[in-house]
Amino acid sequence: MESSTEQARNVMQSPRSPSSQPYLSASVTDPVKLGNGVQAYISYRVITKTNLPEYQGPEKIVIRRYSDFVWLRDRLFDKYKGVFVPPLPEKSAVEKFRFSAEFIEMRRAALDIFVNRIASHPELQQSEDLRTFLQADEEFTFLFQTMERFRFQETGIFNKKPADFMQMFRDVQSKVSDAVLGKEKPVEETTPEYEKLKHYIFELENHLAEAQKHAYRLVKRHRELGQSLLDFGKAVKLLGACEGEPTGKLFSDLGTKSELVSIKLQKEAQQVLMNFEEPLKDYVRYVQSIKEINLDKLMLTRSDKVGEAEIEYREMKAESEEATIRFERIVKRMNEEIVRFQEQKTEEMGVAFHQFAKGQARLANGIGDAWRALLPKLEAASSA
Amino acid sequence: MMGSENDDEAHLHASTEDMENLFLRDDKSNSDPLSPHPITVATPADSDPLSASPQSKPNGGDSRSYIEPPSYADVIFSPFDDNSEINGSDDTHSSDYSLSRSPSSSVSSDYIKITVSSPQKEQETSTSMLSGGGTYITYLIATRTNLPDYGGGSEFSVRRRFRDVVTLADRLAESYRGFCIPPRPDKSVVESQVMQKQEFVEQRRVALEKYLRRLVAHPVIRSSDEVKVFLRVEGKLPLQASADVASRMLDGAVKLPRQLFGEGGGVEPARGGRDLLRLFKELRQSVSNDWGGSKPAVVEEDRDFVEKKEKMHDLEQQIINASQQAETLVKAQQEMGATMGELGLAFIKLTKFENEEAVFNSQRARANDMKNLATAAVKASRFYRELNSQTVKHLDTLHDYLGLMMAVQGAFADRSSALLTVQTLLSELSSLEGRAEKLEAASSKVFGGDKSRIKKIEEIKETIRNTENAKNVAIKEYERIKENNWSEVERLDRERRADFLSMMKGFVVNQVGYAEKIASVWTKAAEETSQYDRESS
Repeated sequence: MESSTEQARNVMQSPRSPSSQPYLSASVTDPVKLGNGVQAYISYRVITKTNLPEYQGPEKIVIRRYSDFVWLRDRLFDKYKGVFVPPLPEKSAVEKFRFSAEFIEMRRAALDIFVNRIASHPELQQSEDLRTFLQADEEFTFLFQTMERFRFQETGIFNKKPADFMQMFRDVQSKVSDAVLGKEKPVEETTPEYEKLKHYIFELENHLAEAQKHAYRLVKRHRELGQSLLDFGKAVKLLGACEGEPTGKLFSDLGTKSELVSIKLQKEAQQVLMNFEEPLKDYVRYVQSIKEINLDKLMLTRSDKVGEAEIEYREMKAESEEATIRFERIVKRMNEEIVRFQEQKTEEMGVAFHQFAKGQARLANGIGDAWRALLPKLEAASSA
Repeated sequence: MMGSENDDEAHLHASTEDMENLFLRDDKSNSDPLSPHPITVATPADSDPLSASPQSKPNGGDSRSYIEPPSYADVIFSPFDDNSEINGSDDTHSSDYSLSRSPSSSVSSDYIKITVSSPQKEQETSTSMLSGGGTYITYLIATRTNLPDYGGGSEFSVRRRFRDVVTLADRLAESYRGFCIPPRPDKSVVESQVMQKQEFVEQRRVALEKYLRRLVAHPVIRSSDEVKVFLRVEGKLPLQASADVASRMLDGAVKLPRQLFGEGGGVEPARGGRDLLRLFKELRQSVSNDWGGSKPAVVEEDRDFVEKKEKMHDLEQQIINASQQAETLVKAQQEMGATMGELGLAFIKLTKFENEEAVFNSQRARANDMKNLATAAVKASRFYRELNSQTVKHLDTLHDYLGLMMAVQGAFADRSSALLTVQTLLSELSSLEGRAEKLEAASSKVFGGDKSRIKKIEEIKETIRNTENAKNVAIKEYERIKENNWSEVERLDRERRADFLSMMKGFVVNQVGYAEKIASVWTKAAEETSQYDRESS
């Protein structure tokens, strides 16, 4: 079952294009539950198809688990500042325990989208970490997990001075509290453009979260309506059993139809969840991940405000200039990313809307047809 | 007259509706909430469902769709059992309980419509020891009818208090034993203390209306003196209130010798009546009204009756069950509509936001897509709400029959108690005869007769004669009640068949109609976003 966003890939991803054209595509498939009890986890097959020289062969298959994807994202996030690194599906420690089929499939689909977005991003697709992720055999996975614990660093821990550690801790603290409180710390050196973007992102998240909330509720409503029709159908059938003809048979038919309609609703509920609510949720995640970038940016600008006695004036000035250059580069990247992001989102949401509308129309037509089939008999009985 | 609860709900809906209206105003929506459209439900003559192509997508005003949007498109949904604010419309599925409701009756031009309204506080005027100086509520009961029994076409109204209704119900129960008399609303003393006064009064008003409407739906009871008097005679209700069941039984018992001896008017018990009265007091204890849970005092030998009674019990259970599921269904439909509406509103806000903040064309395109989706969702949400208010009316039939099943119980209980009377009299007779025999045998042994014994024998023989007569009358009464039972159950079965059929049809037609409307809304939205169609089919 292909997700809607896979179709939005650029030509480079299609393995069917002429071999001279470079392509890279990946798919996340075959979720398998491994381990027992608390330590149970899902492993996925990641299949890479490419003709790029940096990669081993036209096809490579590796086994990865959720934490491996987290590692990849964190690496990309650290290295490619300003880039909108695609979001991951939530950790949801609770659901993990139950590992329902629905949850597993939704996670698989989301991870698939994640990898493909990276593979189709002009900068990210060239990442060495991506290559590692897609190619490295299983022995490397322990390394991924170890490195995840130190993900707030850029270079190895052994190159840092004690003062840097202090600053890093302080920054992590502020980053965490910002994330927790959802607040923005006032920063002097920002552009009005940046402020506008920040405002847009924050507002957008609120609106999207609300829409997603209602979309999720709508899925539930489909299920509830389906259930109530099922119960109603059963009750009506029992009632029919008490009555003579023709009422008895009619009640029985009514009950059967009610049960049929109930099934249609349950099916549609699933569709709405996968093709409408999930894309909305993905949109929300995306926006939230963009918010994270902002905080990171703040971290950079703040690092030159450190008034530690150990850092000499010369160093400070050099660092400050470096920071400004980095900052400007990041802003430039972000502006490009915004354009890309908006276009991508319009496409993806358009597809989601279209599928939702089609699904609802199909459902309503199906329901109408089902009930309509009863009318001839009801008419006949009325005029008798 | 609406309770404060409904007003709050109305206000909430009003603001949501306002937002939707604002949004849809520019959009040429299908349903103009301001144009008056009476609800029309397809009858066999109007449209043959087989000929209407299943692919037809009706837009506003398309005559092939089954249901036109009603004039109150922003209908405020009220709780399942409260139909009062919908009564004002002209729809054919109102709880009119007029003759046209059951297709089995041929005379569809007769009608009798009852409305209960304007509750009013009044002061207790009499210095009775019971209520001295308290207040009570009266309700205006307005009747509109063209029944010949009521003197052709006429309208009249009276003010009655709840106590009067109790009296009416009691009188009817006495006069129409064996009939399926609709049960009257509860006295519910506890509720009146606990609930808000306004809420309680409104609840009672609704219940009274339903009760009276059911009464006049009954072909025999509607023509009864009791009902006529209740509906027409202004001022104090000229029906004697019965104090308790015992004296009701006594009244009935007293009637027997009166009928027998042709005595009219007086309420004095006839000779030997005192014994009868005592008998009946004892009888009252043994009448059980349940469906056979405890050991019945009456010996029921009629197999058909026992079977019928069991069948009725089963039916009642299933109606209860179906009625409950219907309530759940209605709630689920309501929620679906509400959430769909909220989704629409959320997207309306998003559309506005993106349009205001748009820097790129992709944003404007997305805002436009969202607008299409939002429009469809809001319209669909309205249709769900309309669908639901119609569903309520149809499935309410189930709810109504719960009350009628209770009436059947009452009719069967009348029969059982009449049979018990007969059986008690029979056993009394045989014991009296036994005593007489013994006395005669003993007295014959005394030479020349035993003056005291002979006198006793005379007295017993007198009692036996009276009891014999009472037994005959009781048997006649029992037979009469059996007749009533039978004809009532027949009538009820017929009517129920017709009513259930009508309910099913109405329900299904409704579902079909609104499914079509909702489908057309979403088909349009799908067309508007067809550029995003990625499926290979």
